[in-house]
Amino acid sequence: MEIDALYSGIITEHSRSERNKRHLANPTVVRQGLNPSCGDELSLELRCEDGVITDASFVGVGCAISQASASMMTDIIRGKSREEAGALCRAFLDMIRGRELDDATLDSLEDAVALQGVSKMPARVKCATLPWHTLNGAIDDLT
Amino acid sequence: MVNMKNIADDFPILAQKINGHRFVYLDSAATSMRPNYVLDRIDAFYKSSAANPHRGLYALAERATAAYEDARATVARFVGADADEVIFTRNASESLNLIMYCYARRNLARGDSVVIPISEHHSNLVPWQVAALATGAELRYMYIDKETCSIPDSEIERKIDKTTKIVAFAHVSNVLGSRFPVEKLVARARRVGAVTVLDAAQSVPHFHVDFHALGVDFAAFSAHKMYGPMGVGVLYGRRELLEKMPPFLFGGDMIEYVREQDADFAAPPHKFEAGTQNAGGAVGLAAAVKYIESLGWDNIESRETALMRRLMSGLAEQKRVSVIGSPDPAAERYGVVSFNIDGVHSHDAATILDSFGIAIRAGAHCAHPLLDYLGVKNGCRASLGVYNTERDIDRLLECIPLVRRKLGYGD
Repeated sequence: MEIDALYSGIITEHSRSERNKRHLANPTVVRQGLNPSCGDELSLELRCEDGVITDASFVGVGCAISQASASMMTDIIRGKSREEAGALCRAFLDMIRGRELDDATLDSLEDAVALQGVSKMPARVKCATLPWHTLNGAIDDLT
Repeated sequence: MVNMKNIADDFPILAQKINGHRFVYLDSAATSMRPNYVLDRIDAFYKSSAANPHRGLYALAERATAAYEDARATVARFVGADADEVIFTRNASESLNLIMYCYARRNLARGDSVVIPISEHHSNLVPWQVAALATGAELRYMYIDKETCSIPDSEIERKIDKTTKIVAFAHVSNVLGSRFPVEKLVARARRVGAVTVLDAAQSVPHFHVDFHALGVDFAAFSAHKMYGPMGVGVLYGRRELLEKMPPFLFGGDMIEYVREQDADFAAPPHKFEAGTQNAGGAVGLAAAVKYIESLGWDNIESRETALMRRLMSGLAEQKRVSVIGSPDPAAERYGVVSFNIDGVHSHDAATILDSFGIAIRAGAHCAHPLLDYLGVKNGCRASLGVYNTERDIDRLLECIPLVRRKLGYGD
């Protein structure tokens, strides 16, 4: 994949943005994600009310791809139900695995579609998927 | 006089384009590339001599035996050892593991200590953790000075004490590029009766190393970091120690006589070489030795020193780069510099530099305890080989600022 597609404007903006990179005041669930081979560390914080994710944020260290992916993901899941968030997780991981997704599913991933090209970069797959794997684990803890 | 300008022409792999750009290879500390001379010698061995060494009584088998044992003699001479003190292994890691299994685990007990610098590569660190766990011995670290990245004399004196049975250390750090004081460490170890283990993987490619003159008890290095093939490495051991050690692996070629219930083992080095060995690899390693000797140490050292100064001066001029270790361009450095670009994860830097045809290493460089100690998460590493040129260095320096720009920073 072309380098400018991997580091497109939308990805580098998210990676540098501090908007979603913060602690929540009263998180319902805090879940750690770790990528030992890169040293990437992520702490995903979710506030959940009546089965709906009312707020989401993250803190941690990692490469631009992992940071952008985390920022995009927190934007997307805010306001979604537990089940909707689970479906988004499956959609994102399917996209990175290189599976064909229908247009509606791709649309549901919003900005995160920009990471589709990572599916062709095996060395960077785990960077993009770390936040989503972390979310997958966190969903099980949500009530 | 060798023309050092055109050395890259000896290395066919460097002639390709990467991502549409001239290939700039700056990861020789991970593995160096191989010249035609080495590739041709390996090819010739397999085409003309590759019977099983030490076994057959026919012309080809004798030729294979001679090629394998000549390789051992060539390598031994190159590193200041006797031929029967040179054991062929798969790589430096296997050599260090052999010392751990056959020496350390049999000679360590509760109350003993193994002492290593904090800067060690995992291959000269994890085996000692395993030996310590298995025997109850203590694994003790010498902490380097964070400014100079050297081991203070006081650490050597304090940490290596009468409990110490093994002192293991790299000759040159694979992260910092600094050279450790082998003479001081050997002298201190001898005073307390400890054996020394030298990881020479990052020194043997860059300057003349003489194990007898250094006085180390064991040493390890890999062929593939010194222009030889992957899959062959060397363990050096002092003869008296090797004779007392039990074999590592058991099987063919490492025995004298086998009865139903027991066996007599061969003398070193064959005692430690069970089964058919990587004879083609050994031939390739010997060819790499001859290639290095054909260039000459003076030429290699003066060229690499000049390139390293150019690189360090260039990095010092970059506003957004911080060097891990001493940033002084005049500081002694052997082929390696690690650095970070402000606001940029090293993995992004490596991916973006690759798009310009430049190969560098990124990550923790198999030295997590060192990076934790220095408070650095990870870093970029540029490392040199004999084929690198001023043009390569300048290309890296001109592309580093582009990394931040690709990531959307203003400068």
